[in-house]
Amino acid sequence: MKQDFSQLRLDKVTRRFAAAGAQSIAALDNMTLTVERGEFIALLGPSGCGKSTALNCIAGLLALSDGSICLDEERIDILPPEKRGFGMVFQNYALFPHMTVRRNIGFGLLMRGESSADIERKVEAVVRLVQLQGHEDKLPGQLSGGQQQRVAIARAIVIEPPLVLMDEPLSNLDAKLRLEMRAEIRRIHRELGRTTIYVTHDQDEALSLADRIVVIKDGRVQQIAPPAEIYGQPANLDVARFMGYRNVLSLDVASQADGRAQLSSPGLRLQGMIKQPLGAKAAAAIRPEELIVGDGPNAIDGKIENVEYSGRDSLLDVITPAGIRLHVRSVVHPAVGAQVRLSVPPERVLVYPAESNQ
Amino acid sequence: MAAPLHTRAAGLDRTLFLVVPAALFMLLVFVYPFLYGLMLSFTPTEGGALANYIKFFTTDNLWPTIGTTLKLAMPATLINVGLAIPIAYQMRRKSPYQKWVTTILVVPITLGTVLIAEGMLTYFGPRGWLSQTLQFFHLYEGPIRLTHNYWGVLISLIISGFPFVFLLILSYITGIDPVLARAAATLGADPWQQFKQIYWPLLIPGIAMAFCLAFVQAFSVFPSAVLLGAPQGPTRVISIAAYEAAFEQYDYSLASAIAMLMGFVQLIIVAFVLGMRRVFYRGPVTGGKG
Repeated sequence: MKQDFSQLRLDKVTRRFAAAGAQSIAALDNMTLTVERGEFIALLGPSGCGKSTALNCIAGLLALSDGSICLDEERIDILPPEKRGFGMVFQNYALFPHMTVRRNIGFGLLMRGESSADIERKVEAVVRLVQLQGHEDKLPGQLSGGQQQRVAIARAIVIEPPLVLMDEPLSNLDAKLRLEMRAEIRRIHRELGRTTIYVTHDQDEALSLADRIVVIKDGRVQQIAPPAEIYGQPANLDVARFMGYRNVLSLDVASQADGRAQLSSPGLRLQGMIKQPLGAKAAAAIRPEELIVGDGPNAIDGKIENVEYSGRDSLLDVITPAGIRLHVRSVVHPAVGAQVRLSVPPERVLVYPAESNQ
Repeated sequence: MAAPLHTRAAGLDRTLFLVVPAALFMLLVFVYPFLYGLMLSFTPTEGGALANYIKFFTTDNLWPTIGTTLKLAMPATLINVGLAIPIAYQMRRKSPYQKWVTTILVVPITLGTVLIAEGMLTYFGPRGWLSQTLQFFHLYEGPIRLTHNYWGVLISLIISGFPFVFLLILSYITGIDPVLARAAATLGADPWQQFKQIYWPLLIPGIAMAFCLAFVQAFSVFPSAVLLGAPQGPTRVISIAAYEAAFEQYDYSLASAIAMLMGFVQLIIVAFVLGMRRVFYRGPVTGGKG
């Protein structure tokens, strides 16, 4: 078991599952990814996209159907999980219910045959790190969800693994605790600098935690990029949709030049940035918060159909005369039925080729 | 904290009435006969209240039956539990074989003790298939004596008791969240450590329960002790003694006393095993919020 490494390489990692009939489905298809030491990587995607499959393949809990995983020069995908020595935090924590917090955390050290003095010292240090002092002799059943979560994290990092794997660790917590634990995970990563691979379906979590995000859909990697790039420049329409580009308009391509496209449809003209080579038809993706109520470039007229007040701003449903519905997040709160003019800077209209099924 | 806005007054939960038929049944066919038998055991045909019990412990073909029965029931239970644990552990994951193996292992439970005994007489007897096969292949030339003795009864107790123990332990094992073992694996536990550190401690309460039930069943062995054993000698179990007292000597009072002693021995063993269980962890066998 290596304590340190400089690169983790996933090369065309594929995992197929038997499905009904003789067919098999690739839950993970040709995933290639290089993780540098110390990075925080988020695998992001909707449920069932294969992100947990990828994590389980790295952990050794699932065998690969194809491809390889290497830690520097050492091929690890053929090793059983106990020989890889990665720390893993499970979605439901998987704390050992019959062991105290102390024994849960010390388990990995015990399995490595460390002396009880060493185990005690290291457990004490990590208990302080995750702020669980005073709970050492409790059973997991006596802890709150947030505390159980801390035990799970402590148990995974106390063995000083080269790689920490987290499988949706916050999904069982309530909203407030989730924010707290998110900051906590970020802090622990900053303090220890352990390479972390974090699976989540929550884009906010991925954006706030990760150095790089891997967006996965239907078992395929869609984009690998830092959070700001994923947020601002989604590589394709699927990623855009997933990252909150709720308005996807289907338009004809009138002209294109210098990376910009003129799009039109009956009653609507838009200028936007070309993200992928276009054909005759295109899809324009716009975030609700980037549509501005007021005159400006790319003006669109419409009528307010619905207003959802949410405190600082409101979510407006605007319908154009041609029947196109737009979602707008706005700090002005117009009344239902009012006529409004919307605008959006061309830089914030992302243009992708139209989906083939449209 | 304010008091809850509305607490349910201590009203009667009407589903409680669903217990009535079962309670009546228990009262009529278990509690009453049991108390009647207990009274009967203290009213012997001659002598004082304890005369039956004194007689049991001073008669040479009565008191040793406790030891004889224990000598059959204990090994049979231990062997069944010991065999069931590894097999059930292997069957814990869903697999194509699981259904088949489980079915085959459970078949004996559907056969009565008498049917098993009859089958064993033909299979294990001196002229049975086993004997003939061994002799045919010259593996063992001597006579094989596995019926009408201790071994016949022991084998029959294992055959009839195993499915029961196996099913119980299988249900306990499959109840343990497999993610726990995977978590242990990522922390460096090899398959043996996963069993020893995770499954075993979580299983102990279930195993104790299975042991108790199997033991009680084995301790009250009767038909196979008569059919496959040597009911006047090495397999003269306590239920035979009670049967003889009741239906050959027509001394119901003595028979009741023997039955009470039989129950008492079972109670001691069960109480001991369940008492041991307290030492170990008992609680949920999943790892946190589901």
